[in-house]
Amino acid sequence: MLAVDIEKKLGTFTLNTQFTSESGATVLFGPSGAGKTSVINMIAGLLKPDRGRIVLDDEVLFDGAARIEVPAWRRRIGYVFQEGRLFPHLSVKHNLDYGRWMGGHAANAAAFAHVAELLDIGPLLDRRPGKLSGGERQRVAVGRALLMRPRLLLLDEPLASLDAARKQDILPYFERLRDEAKVPMIYVSHDAAEVRRIASRVVRLDGGKVMATGGVELLTS
Amino acid sequence: MFELSPQDWTAVALSLRVAAVSTVVALPFGIAIATLLARKDFWGKSLVDAVVLLPLVLPPVVTGYLLLITFGRRAPVGAFLADHFGIVFSFRWTGAALACGIMAFPLMVRAIRLSIEAIDRRLEDAAATLGANRPWLFLTVTLPLALPGIITGMMLAFARALGEFGATITFVSNIPGETQTISAAIYTLTQVPGGDAAALSLVIVAVIISLAALIASEWLARRATARLHGS
Repeated sequence: MLAVDIEKKLGTFTLNTQFTSESGATVLFGPSGAGKTSVINMIAGLLKPDRGRIVLDDEVLFDGAARIEVPAWRRRIGYVFQEGRLFPHLSVKHNLDYGRWMGGHAANAAAFAHVAELLDIGPLLDRRPGKLSGGERQRVAVGRALLMRPRLLLLDEPLASLDAARKQDILPYFERLRDEAKVPMIYVSHDAAEVRRIASRVVRLDGGKVMATGGVELLTS
Repeated sequence: MFELSPQDWTAVALSLRVAAVSTVVALPFGIAIATLLARKDFWGKSLVDAVVLLPLVLPPVVTGYLLLITFGRRAPVGAFLADHFGIVFSFRWTGAALACGIMAFPLMVRAIRLSIEAIDRRLEDAAATLGANRPWLFLTVTLPLALPGIITGMMLAFARALGEFGATITFVSNIPGETQTISAAIYTLTQVPGGDAAALSLVIVAVIISLAALIASEWLARRATARLHGS
């Protein structure tokens, strides 16, 4: 379980957000500029909150008062970025293996095959990221984050860079991810249709503050 | 008319050795300083920046003289290195390599620094979330992405070292077989009556080496860039 209670001054507004998330997919939903990406950057350890506390499964990742700040590379939190951010100098296979290398784990062929099958990226392994389509790139990015064996998966508008048809192709993979991979997810989106399909729980964010938390019924109100 | 005496060949071989050694030895320092300048803000940064660029703007003879009063056999740093590590620069080919390395350093640092500054740092954030600590991140993401700039920097340094004349001759003189590089040998030949023909042969060799280095580095840099962009 993840508990977030953070405050951060960002340019003209102050982000002040509290929420908790259990299993399944928690969607951070809100207009652009609401501070959604900043929130998950702080969970990942890429951005430092001014004050507050972030706790994941009983481990304190950040505590401003106690001066605790676990560095990003030790948090074991998978992150799927809006633009994929695959390493251009590595093949798809090496991109997928990167998290395992850095974690110092032995190769796990079964896990690799499972993820490759789940995301349908088996045929892409020898290619370089520059030769992939937008949808393929995002699927590889998801695979890369999954194969580091994360405790939590952060997805920052992973479909935003794709056209509508592509989105429809990829959404089922995310649904399978939620139902089969059993990794809790924080999914950032401003697209209500997308959220309706993915979310187990919705946290509505606006102006850096949590406006409401609940089920997908929040989207209609 | 193309004829090289054994002494000319010695000068060619020495030039290649001096240029190669100075480039390779300067590389780790070049990468370190370039990374520091590209990535860190610290007190005195503009001073470091200026000092690194200094050999580019100073007359080479001045650089050579400064090396002489620093690394000479009886100069403070030179004596220390000779007594404690057995490293002697004065009037040795190692001194020529030191002079060439210093003269080439600004070019090397500049090329590497530009390529490090051009790296998309969001890729480094991605590596951090995947569990890469600082040193690993640098080795597996930053360095490979900066590779085209590193190759260019090495090539520029090699070419600069090959052409170095003023600082080298001031620091370690012009001793055949020890510190007489192609440039110094050409200079010597042009000072004696009837030396023009031999000088021309060495000039042709210098042109060939420079062209080969240029073509090789262009090819390597293109390949490295192509790898980054997925072809």
